[in-house]
Amino acid sequence: MKFSENWLRSWVNPDLSSDALSHVLTMAGLEVEALEDVAPAFNNVVIAQVLSVEKHPDADRLNVCQVNVGEAENLTIVCGAANVAAGLKVPCARIGAVLPGDFKIKQAKVRGVSSSGMLCSAVELGLATESDGLWLLADDAPVGVAMRDYLELDDKLITLKLTPNRSDCSGMKGIAREVAALTGSALESVATVVNPVTLTEQLSVKVEDAEACPLYCGRLVRGVNAAAATPVWMQRRLERSGLRCINAVVDITNYVMMELGQPMHAFDATTLSGGITVRRARQVETLVLLNEQTAVLDDAVLVIADEARVLALAGIMGGQGSGVETSTRDVFLEAAFFHPDAIAGRARRFGLATDSSFRFERGVDFAATLEAMERATQLLLEICGGNAGDITQVRGALPLRSEITLRSSRVARVLGIRLECAQIADLLTRLQFQFVMKGDAFSVVPPSFRFDLAIESDLIEEVARLHGYDNIPALAPHAALTMLPYSESQRPLTRIQQTLVARDYQEIVSYAFVEEQVERELCGNADPVALQNPIASNLAVMRSSLLGGLVGALRFNINRKQSRVRLFEVGACFSKSADKYVQTRRLSGLAYGSLAPEQWGATARAVDFYDVKADVEALFAPQSVRFVVATHPALHPGRSAQIFCGEQSIGWIGELHPHWQQQYDMAQACVWFEIEADAVMQSRAPRMSEIAKFLPVRRDLAVVVDESVSAQTLLDAMLQASVSYVQEVVLFDVYRGRGMEQGKKSLAFRVLLQDTQKTLTDAEIEPGMALLVDVLNKCGAQLRM
Amino acid sequence: MEQLQQILEQALAQFAVISDEAELEQVKAKYLGRDGSLTALLKGLGKLSNEERPAAGARINQVKQSIEAALQQRRDAIAQAKLAARLAAESLDVTLPGRGISAGGLHPVTRTLERIEYLFHSLGFAVSSGPEIEHDFYNFTALNIPENHPARAMHDTFYIDPEHVLRTHTSPVQVRYMENNQPPLKIISPGREYRVDSDATHSPMFHQVEGLWVDEHVSFANLKGVVQDFLQRFFEQDDLQVRFRPSFFPFTEPSAEMDMSWKGGWLEIGGCGMVHPNVLRHVNIDSEKYLGFAFGLGVERLAMLRYGVNDLRQFYESDLRFLKQFN
Repeated sequence: MKFSENWLRSWVNPDLSSDALSHVLTMAGLEVEALEDVAPAFNNVVIAQVLSVEKHPDADRLNVCQVNVGEAENLTIVCGAANVAAGLKVPCARIGAVLPGDFKIKQAKVRGVSSSGMLCSAVELGLATESDGLWLLADDAPVGVAMRDYLELDDKLITLKLTPNRSDCSGMKGIAREVAALTGSALESVATVVNPVTLTEQLSVKVEDAEACPLYCGRLVRGVNAAAATPVWMQRRLERSGLRCINAVVDITNYVMMELGQPMHAFDATTLSGGITVRRARQVETLVLLNEQTAVLDDAVLVIADEARVLALAGIMGGQGSGVETSTRDVFLEAAFFHPDAIAGRARRFGLATDSSFRFERGVDFAATLEAMERATQLLLEICGGNAGDITQVRGALPLRSEITLRSSRVARVLGIRLECAQIADLLTRLQFQFVMKGDAFSVVPPSFRFDLAIESDLIEEVARLHGYDNIPALAPHAALTMLPYSESQRPLTRIQQTLVARDYQEIVSYAFVEEQVERELCGNADPVALQNPIASNLAVMRSSLLGGLVGALRFNINRKQSRVRLFEVGACFSKSADKYVQTRRLSGLAYGSLAPEQWGATARAVDFYDVKADVEALFAPQSVRFVVATHPALHPGRSAQIFCGEQSIGWIGELHPHWQQQYDMAQACVWFEIEADAVMQSRAPRMSEIAKFLPVRRDLAVVVDESVSAQTLLDAMLQASVSYVQEVVLFDVYRGRGMEQGKKSLAFRVLLQDTQKTLTDAEIEPGMALLVDVLNKCGAQLRM
Repeated sequence: MEQLQQILEQALAQFAVISDEAELEQVKAKYLGRDGSLTALLKGLGKLSNEERPAAGARINQVKQSIEAALQQRRDAIAQAKLAARLAAESLDVTLPGRGISAGGLHPVTRTLERIEYLFHSLGFAVSSGPEIEHDFYNFTALNIPENHPARAMHDTFYIDPEHVLRTHTSPVQVRYMENNQPPLKIISPGREYRVDSDATHSPMFHQVEGLWVDEHVSFANLKGVVQDFLQRFFEQDDLQVRFRPSFFPFTEPSAEMDMSWKGGWLEIGGCGMVHPNVLRHVNIDSEKYLGFAFGLGVERLAMLRYGVNDLRQFYESDLRFLKQFN
């Protein structure tokens, strides 16, 4: 909501500077988003008439002009503008004037000719960004009058950021009423005119949906001159409200809307066939709107129709072929109250947001509809002439204004301060609310212009707002103290994040939406959760994995000459399951480049699968997880594994497939992991067990086995054998190469045996070890000699 | 006896120039060994008369003790010198950098969230979370934003299907929490939210912390108190000014925007208000008995002010040169 400050001050004129007034509005919930000067500062610029123009004796492009500035003596001014001519009225900066950009006008000699001022273009006055010469003013511009006064430039533009509850402030009258309430200044009262009826004709109006349109006022005005010029004062106020002037009739309806907050519409009466009907649109009726868009309608949309066709989307926009043109002679004016529920969301359906729909969907003062009709008629007759018929009114049940009880005790409880009943009564009075006091409670009837007052809390807000939020103290709450639960069955995520930080991973946050292709190709997700209205095509689907974001971040950093990148992210991932959306919080990381930063004391080595595997294991410790060979579309088929926690698959680890490495221009391989956050957060309170009194015995087993046999197979087999005294079996060496047959490898295991009651003897150990060797043999592993 | 004195002097002189442990032991043998000169003298005692023997023995033993003492002294000195030489040889350039991996870091938004959670935790706020693909009901309807309400247009919502949206605020968590818990309630819900908007000051995805306190005696004055306390602690600035301006949110009444003083002006930091009775009614909380306040704070905004970040988009670019500054 943008308007001229001077216009507002013609309604209510508090003794406050523009800034102070803005502050008052902002602190009352009518946030002043912008306060701008209409024009930049300049002075001493008057309307002048060029009397004569002669060529400069020493310069081809300059002219020497005699100029009348409304004083006895004419001025001689040298002018370089090509469009200068005798008889023109133009702005003239007098000696002593200061123009925008601190440009001072002094007595000067231009190529030997003395010049006493400057004739100006609109650019030089800071009122336009380009021009093609002097600013040519209207023939009737009064010579000698200051340009600032002539154009009323000592004015400011106020832009309000109106919240949806304050539709009452979408007209000058409403804002003025609010300012009066806030400042106590007198509100200019405008008596409602009643225009003489000089035309006996009336157009019939039928309202089929009285709930959607409880009040419709229509009036015929014949013999108007729609080509009449819109008065300058009206043009100025409309333009300063950001509205384009169209023709006198349309301007008048717009002006009344800006003044009173009541949107209006004017039809060219000669284009109408029969009476007006307000009704729901029929299925697949269409209407070509004023903006040339074709709207396909249905019965959710309220329309204004005549006997032949739909004329307008009620309360939103008129249609083509029935609007007022400059040739129009007969006008049918409409001022109606459409119920917010009948308008809300409809404009949006057609991609529209009009001044009219803005007001109707928030609520228009139904007690002022008739007043707006009379006001528009008055202006129409004044400006365009014509004869007005009587107003046709169709009234249904207007919104009820039920009494609301406001208890001063509740005010005190909600706000935390006690206000005296007299104080509350005063605040309600200033807001023009009707009320009756009953003990310490008030029975309040909300006014017709407020659509945001239905319950006691709404009134408490009004009281607080007018009393001033600043006048409510900031108090520490008093409450019973109880502790929060603190479970050990979960580790806080922050601790897991810290583990990754300590292992040299940098956290990133990336968008939850990614490119569909990334989901399909990299994550193997053929059916990602898609957005209906993505912000860009590369952000069209919800990620099912954090991989896409991490790879994107890696590429971004590689492109910025980073040779070692280790990243992680924690975030929700999304997928579909039957008719549900599944949202899983995941933790994912990748490592690229050398294992350690370049340094003097260690041989550089590229990070590999096992480095990252150790990071994953460290995250879960003391829980242990299993890594099972599996393939993933993003990963090297021989270097990838699915991670299991118990029987449940909870993640992936692997080296990026060489295909992707090449496609993404990565010089080195990149190892990625992703795990479910819930799984890694699982924990339990530890429980101490007795420390064994007897030292364990260590035996090593080295075996030779085919490359195809995984270490896990042998470990599992040994552990499943449940050999007595065996506490732990750990793989500690892998050997390939010299002395080893092609396709074979040697694995060395450390076996710890222990008894809680005694030190073990060889005789007790050997049968167990023999059993382990037996188990290994069954797996195809031979003891290495 | 002269001979004895001679042996002593000779031994001391010889020991003094030896710097090798093995050599020292060899020289020692010349005096104290089986065939050593002092040993010979001791053996010779037997030839002396009973009268002479004790005095001579005592003298020899005295010399022997002196030699042994000198020997031990020399051994210690050699060991000392050897250790000193070893230590000198082993000395490092301690100014060389340490070996191994470096440390990573948390994202500035995470760092900010941790700080926020810690501060509210100190006041007894529990942390609660909810889904990011949210049902229309929780994102709007239960928060008193019926279909077609103009406030829905303000939200620039991402739609998944006609019934599901990417949550436009973290406020739905309030509703979900209140459905499952009885007052008094005191939670914050930090998380991601989404709006169809993108420029230097708007990101289509960003973070918010929602706070909710429902109890029998909480008021607007308390809301002001808690938010002001938080902002002063968060920015470690006791004189930080906080301003509350009337505003409109369908799920609070009265509602306010929160501004904080910053570099001589005011900066919008979030919205808040007293929980709307309709919202409490949706979750069967008696709004006559209980009152509640709620607030929403923009996490990126807080992080930007706290750490001097001037472009919101930098948070999501994952540029290591940016991220490492917050480690």
